[in-house]
Amino acid sequence: MGVAIKLIVFLPLLAAIIAGLGNRALGNIPAKVITTGALFISCALSWPIFLSFLGGDAQATVVPVLDWVRSGDLNFNWALRVDTLTAVMLVVVTTVSALVHLYSWGYMDEDPDQPRFFAYLSLFTFAMLMLVTADNLVQMFFGWEGVGLASYLLIGFWFKKPSANAAAIKAFVVNRVGDLGFMLGIFGTFLVFGTVSIPEILEAAPSMAGSTIGFLGMRLDTMTILCLLLFIGAMGKSAQLGLHTWLPDAMEGPTPVSALIHAATMVTAGVFMVCRLSPMFETSETALAVVTFVGAATALFAATVGLVQTDIKRVIAYSTCSQLGYMFFAAGVGAYGAAMFHLFTHAFFKALLFLGAGSVIHAMHHEQDMRYYGGLKKEIPLTFWAMLAGTLAITGVGIIHIGAIPALGFAGFFSKDAIIEAAYASGTEMGGIAFFVGVTAALLTSFYSWRLMFLTFWGKPRWIESEHIQHSVHKTPETAEDSTGGYHPHESPLTMLIPLGVLAMGAIFAGFVFHHAFIDAEQGAAFWNGSIAFDAHLMHAIHEVPYWVKLSSTVAMLIGLGTAFYMYMRGEGRPQALAEQFRGLYQFFLNKWYFDELYDLIFVKPAFWFGRLFWKRGDQQTIDRFGPDGAATLVSYGSRVAGKLQTGYLYSYALVMLLGLVAAITWVMVR
Amino acid sequence: MNELGFPILSLMLAIPTIAAIVCLFLSANSARWMALIATLANLALGIVLWLNYDIGGAQWQFTENAPIFGRFSWALGIDGIALMLIMLSVFLMPICIGASWEAIQKRVGEYMAAFLFMETLMIGVFAAQDIFLFYIFFEAGLIPMYLIIGIWGGADRIYASYKFFLYTLLGSVLMLIAMLWMTNQAGTTDIPTLMNYDFAPEAQTWLWLAFFASFAVKMPMWPVHTWLPDAHVQAPTAGSVILAGVLLKLGGYGFIRFSLPMFPEASAQFVWLIFGLSMVAVVYTSLVALVQHDMKKLIAYSSVAHMAIVTVGLFAFNKQGLEGAMIVMLSHGLVSGALFLCVGVIYDRLHTREIDRYGGLSINMPKYALLFLLFTMASIGLPGTSGFVGEFLSLLGIYKVSSWVALVCTTGIILGAGYMLYLYRRVAYGDLVHEDVKAMSDLSGREMALLAPIAAVVLWMGVYPESFLAPMRQDITTLEARIARAQPQGDAQITMGVPKKEEKGEHGSHEASEGGH
Repeated sequence: MGVAIKLIVFLPLLAAIIAGLGNRALGNIPAKVITTGALFISCALSWPIFLSFLGGDAQATVVPVLDWVRSGDLNFNWALRVDTLTAVMLVVVTTVSALVHLYSWGYMDEDPDQPRFFAYLSLFTFAMLMLVTADNLVQMFFGWEGVGLASYLLIGFWFKKPSANAAAIKAFVVNRVGDLGFMLGIFGTFLVFGTVSIPEILEAAPSMAGSTIGFLGMRLDTMTILCLLLFIGAMGKSAQLGLHTWLPDAMEGPTPVSALIHAATMVTAGVFMVCRLSPMFETSETALAVVTFVGAATALFAATVGLVQTDIKRVIAYSTCSQLGYMFFAAGVGAYGAAMFHLFTHAFFKALLFLGAGSVIHAMHHEQDMRYYGGLKKEIPLTFWAMLAGTLAITGVGIIHIGAIPALGFAGFFSKDAIIEAAYASGTEMGGIAFFVGVTAALLTSFYSWRLMFLTFWGKPRWIESEHIQHSVHKTPETAEDSTGGYHPHESPLTMLIPLGVLAMGAIFAGFVFHHAFIDAEQGAAFWNGSIAFDAHLMHAIHEVPYWVKLSSTVAMLIGLGTAFYMYMRGEGRPQALAEQFRGLYQFFLNKWYFDELYDLIFVKPAFWFGRLFWKRGDQQTIDRFGPDGAATLVSYGSRVAGKLQTGYLYSYALVMLLGLVAAITWVMVR
Repeated sequence: MNELGFPILSLMLAIPTIAAIVCLFLSANSARWMALIATLANLALGIVLWLNYDIGGAQWQFTENAPIFGRFSWALGIDGIALMLIMLSVFLMPICIGASWEAIQKRVGEYMAAFLFMETLMIGVFAAQDIFLFYIFFEAGLIPMYLIIGIWGGADRIYASYKFFLYTLLGSVLMLIAMLWMTNQAGTTDIPTLMNYDFAPEAQTWLWLAFFASFAVKMPMWPVHTWLPDAHVQAPTAGSVILAGVLLKLGGYGFIRFSLPMFPEASAQFVWLIFGLSMVAVVYTSLVALVQHDMKKLIAYSSVAHMAIVTVGLFAFNKQGLEGAMIVMLSHGLVSGALFLCVGVIYDRLHTREIDRYGGLSINMPKYALLFLLFTMASIGLPGTSGFVGEFLSLLGIYKVSSWVALVCTTGIILGAGYMLYLYRRVAYGDLVHEDVKAMSDLSGREMALLAPIAAVVLWMGVYPESFLAPMRQDITTLEARIARAQPQGDAQITMGVPKKEEKGEHGSHEASEGGH
């Protein structure tokens, strides 16, 4: 396994370096072949590792690479850890990445900067693989920041667009806020445990339960504060409520990037981290309650915003945010297996939805506004079927296990239901809230997902309203003969359709095929094999929940579907009428709960204001004025006074001498 | 004599001195070559020095001692800390000469002489083992820098050079008095001996403050930092490189060589002052950097923020803090030097440092954009670059002492990302709107040769810092042992609660006691 894992991780790096440094000198085709080839090799090497863990005949190993830092009792190395959790992430990352590389052949075909794009993609994959194979917290942080860099570069890939640049910086800086927590978490962990090695920390964690530590002048439960600090990092990377604002803006990047980084892999790093450190989180009920709460709040918040967005990518972005919330509250209630399972299935169907959206955008001449879509079902049928598979998966369509008939359904059905049931079965107060929120969010998920489908693929074409289409056909709504404007959407090339097909298979079958291994009480324990704090009791308990609980998410899904159908397929103007009726709420959702405005007001503007204040008032008008400039003024003033004294007249010198003499004599006499 | 059989340190001082004198009499072009050859020769000697440095051997190596008069002697010798800083100096020096190759057209001979003289003084500071020899090198370093800014600087060079001189001289007078008192008291001018001499705690307070006055200005610490932005803005590119790369390290070196080992109790007594000023510096100067319009000013302010991480690391009184501070110094020397070079590259083409005059350089200068990005990321402290290793270790070190200080200083990673990416966006991203910017050509071979080696070392230090940590390890250990008696108490104070499980971890209780000392 040693050689294989090194190849898996370092081939993408090598490819990135070659394509990146070669850039245009290398040419498009070689750059694409090298990067995509490297990824397919990585992918081909990853699946056997995953399957051997699935078969139960592989052991967790750590492959050392190089020393990194030794400083006193702090010691950490570059090393690649492979266990079940890593193996799951390996297949997710390399598979989606390889498919996205391939997809980008078609999607980025007309871009002049292709080698750079593919180099960034491969660089991202390398960083992500370093993250998931980390054996110590610092290497995890390396991967964490590495994916952040790649994300920054890819969001800002079209760097001529000011909006893309702003989004890139925002993504990086907001993530850094999370990283502040992560770093302090690492420091604290090292202080408490004397190591940053993950296995050693997890082993020692239970013994620290109940201890207290001084932090910022307070006395807090040690494990709670450590877990929460680390969780702040996870919140940043996984765009949880409060630190989520960068994710929707990140949609400025090319769509394949959104699929790979901002849906399937990078944003799930936070969930991965919590699962990786799950034995640590298990030692603090408070921390778990916070994780549950934040996850549930995000699931609900993002779903509400997703309801009203009109940009197809933003709808999917908020959907991602919401699904990540599910994963977190699954982890919060102790169902780490379910969280990872949802991460796994979500990677397939969300990447599928994004790539499908990319295919739609490609067909619609870069138009992203769903209000100008409509009736595309017949025009781009293959994309339609792929998107349909993705929608059925995310909304969780399936039939629960009744009697002898096993449960059947799309990928999301298995993972999302497991999460909702686990929240109920956990029996905690926070779990109850999470259950309720999960079901509500499932309704909303179903609504916005079907809204997207109905607006895009059904109904009449509304294309000519779009400026992009107007540019393409050189007509305006007035001059066009019908609402299509004579525009003909074209199905995407094969390089884009193949990834859609493969991911569609994943979206359809991933849940059914793998649910035993991931979440079954007995098989799950054997599969995870201690790489996460797998709770077999909880996984048993989810089978014991009442029928109404099991059915609740399906019912919610059907209500969402029905409402969307009623609103967008039956009769005109119903959504508008509803928006008018609940104007305040509609605006609140449409403006994303005003988070951006709020942050701008309390962080961004004051930062610049204070910067100017410190610079002008502080440095120039205070320090310099009373410091060096003041000294200079004093000296020149003094010299002018001294100069005036030197009048050159004998009588004035005589006077001064006389006065001096008098003073001296007086002083001597008085003394 | 030493391990090599010839006085290598004296030779490293002699080569640039002689070359400097020769340069004064040479034509412009010969002076350039002379300077380049001399600095490269010194770099080669530096590599010999590093390769022959016996890690884990004697604390002071390559020692030389020739009495001059009285107690004053030509005493040289280095430990691992000095070695690394000498390496930094000799590495940056040929790059500075290369950076001035075309940019400096007037009085080239004198210019090169000033730089070579500067190199002598820098190496001298780090190699001196006699406290007065140190003082001479330390203060004399002002002179060539003063000339470089004052003669070859920008429009406001007189104000800047005067400000620079006034600030830095002010502190050093106090330091000299303190040194005189110390040598009188201890009866020696030998730095290694003084490092183990225990001054009375009351005396330490005053001595510490006297040294602090000098080092704080050199560092520079808030609020005596205002000379730095002006000096950087007015200095020619190579002047900025050496200023940021080596001169700013003198303060840190002073703290680690004098303040900490000679006055441990006073250092502990004044940690609040260091921490307070550093915390202010991180937040204050980072915010100021955010609103700058002048590239060099922005990087200058960022330097102040980075140097604050050095001071908190040094006064954390533990290995991670000390080693981290050293790595930050080395890393900052490379990274900010490289960033100033990057500014110089485009300044040479457009003759403005106004950030808004640029934009879209990624389009016509892709190589430049890539290297600039690398150094930007290293400045932000991205893992895998040198910046991360230093920042991480220092902040970890300080966390052991105070979570408050760690929290405030760690906000530097957010603010740093803010101002650096904002700079990068305005310079490299966006569209090419200005015609003259559109006409700018990508890096020349010469410029590539200046930046690529720094990039390589930045990555090396980020991926395998062991090469740089290993020579310093023993010295840091010695220092930590020396100052351990004054170590301030950490604020973590882990107390084992009522354990929920019966077994009380062996490890945990051990850590708890350690957290309490």
